[in-house]
Amino acid sequence: MSREPRYAVPGWLWIPAAAGLLFLALPLAAMVVGTDWRHFGALVTSPSARIALWLSLRTAAAATVLSLVFGTPLAVVLARARPRGHRQLRALVMLPLVLPPVVGGLALLLTYGRTGLLGRWLEVAGVHIAFTTTAVVLAQTFVAMPFLVISLEGALRSGTGAYERVAATLGAPPGLVLRRITLPLVAPGLVSGTVLAFARALGEFGATLTFAGSLQGTTRTLPLEVYLQREVDPAAAVALSLVLVAVGALVVLTVGSRTLGGDHG
Amino acid sequence: MSVRRPRERSVRPRPLHVRLAALVAAGTFAVAALAGCSGAGSPTPSATAAPVTLTVFAAASLSGPFDEIGTAFGAAHPGVTVRYSYGGSSDLVSQLASGAPADVLATADERTMQQAKDKSLVPESALFATNQLAILVAPKNPLGITGAKDLTRSDLKLVVCAPQVPCGAATDRTMQAAGITIKPVSEESNVTDAAGKVTSGQADAAVVYTTDVAKAEAAGTGTGVPLGVDQTPNRYPIGVTATGASGPNTATAEAYVAYVTAAEGQAVLAKAGFGKP
Repeated sequence: MSREPRYAVPGWLWIPAAAGLLFLALPLAAMVVGTDWRHFGALVTSPSARIALWLSLRTAAAATVLSLVFGTPLAVVLARARPRGHRQLRALVMLPLVLPPVVGGLALLLTYGRTGLLGRWLEVAGVHIAFTTTAVVLAQTFVAMPFLVISLEGALRSGTGAYERVAATLGAPPGLVLRRITLPLVAPGLVSGTVLAFARALGEFGATLTFAGSLQGTTRTLPLEVYLQREVDPAAAVALSLVLVAVGALVVLTVGSRTLGGDHG
Repeated sequence: MSVRRPRERSVRPRPLHVRLAALVAAGTFAVAALAGCSGAGSPTPSATAAPVTLTVFAAASLSGPFDEIGTAFGAAHPGVTVRYSYGGSSDLVSQLASGAPADVLATADERTMQQAKDKSLVPESALFATNQLAILVAPKNPLGITGAKDLTRSDLKLVVCAPQVPCGAATDRTMQAAGITIKPVSEESNVTDAAGKVTSGQADAAVVYTTDVAKAEAAGTGTGVPLGVDQTPNRYPIGVTATGASGPNTATAEAYVAYVTAAEGQAVLAKAGFGKP
């Protein structure tokens, strides 16, 4: 929690604040109430649910690794090297965060699809992405990496510069500064960014549906399974949704609220 | 996060009961607001001569012809506006069950209408159209697909509807009856998505409705190939909902259903590729 002194808030502020809280909490409560608890175990461990969950975990892990491999350097470059137009670049990196999911899916389709900008050359080279698990990972990375970059970049900009300058004046080469000073200092930001990216990848729906298709064990992740189950077995859809809510709650409680709250500075 | 436990250091602490009262009031207000929202769509039972807004829930495959029917029906009945919500049939039924305000329901198969009847959401229904399955391929059929038996080709990227939704159930039934085993690369949640995978060039073929083929052919984004095997067409039922039958829109809702099943409505549906019931 923050260390600065608290201020008294006007009493009336509690009314809209409580209404806002209720508005956010009520749907989650409704989900808990609406779950068929007697069959909950059976619903979330059905073969199709387990296959979807396993696929989701695998693809989200892969997307998180990709986000780390490419996102970490991107964040360091944006925060430290400050290339020309880095503000615009940062806005560009954040864009997938605010895009409607289906728009992201269409964009990926136009890029990596069979007739897409890059996809048509990949097809020629014998690389088929459409309808494969790779497509799911691409869609998830597209929406997850911005979380990591923004989270890490925020940590980098929050005042590790002095230590780095000292290290540099003492003769440490840039690689050593990065390894021994910068990354250890921003480790908390890196961890929370990674967890947030993983959670975002796990929840990806729109881009996957538009871009990767839906086939059990290959592209039908847990959110897509929920979407399909809604048609036949709403009770199963609600139970599976609750699994995703639980994962989300876990993430937010462990690292998310700290990062999003901005308390790390 | 300074909202948490502000009582500790609040400069001017208020008595607990005042804050509790505020919380309760806020809660009541929010619940009332939410309740107001869910009821906002329902027609108000006010003056008899007031303009009527008819709400129709219809299967996604009906969107084209129903939009046209809505305009024509509105023109023939001054003061009437028809408003549509299109979606998967099962989805529409669950929305109705959760209290969504609709005067008329039209589904893509009899199974989903039966679900609505079982839940007493729709008292009566009538069949008004049929739809058949067909194969949608890229324009001019570059791979030379001639029928359902070609769908087993291993070099073919085939997309179908998931067996859980009407078009997928029909596909499963038809292929099983014909003894054809297909290996789709994707099972989509609705027929529009399945057709979209072909029209966007992602897949080589999709098993969809003839109406989707008609749409793709009209747009120049696909070509249709008949399945060439026996199939039972999907039959589309329509009915006035229980809410529609008890509210102020009863006469208009009944007139709408009559319009769809009569010559004018049937002509529009035939143009879109639907068959006679």
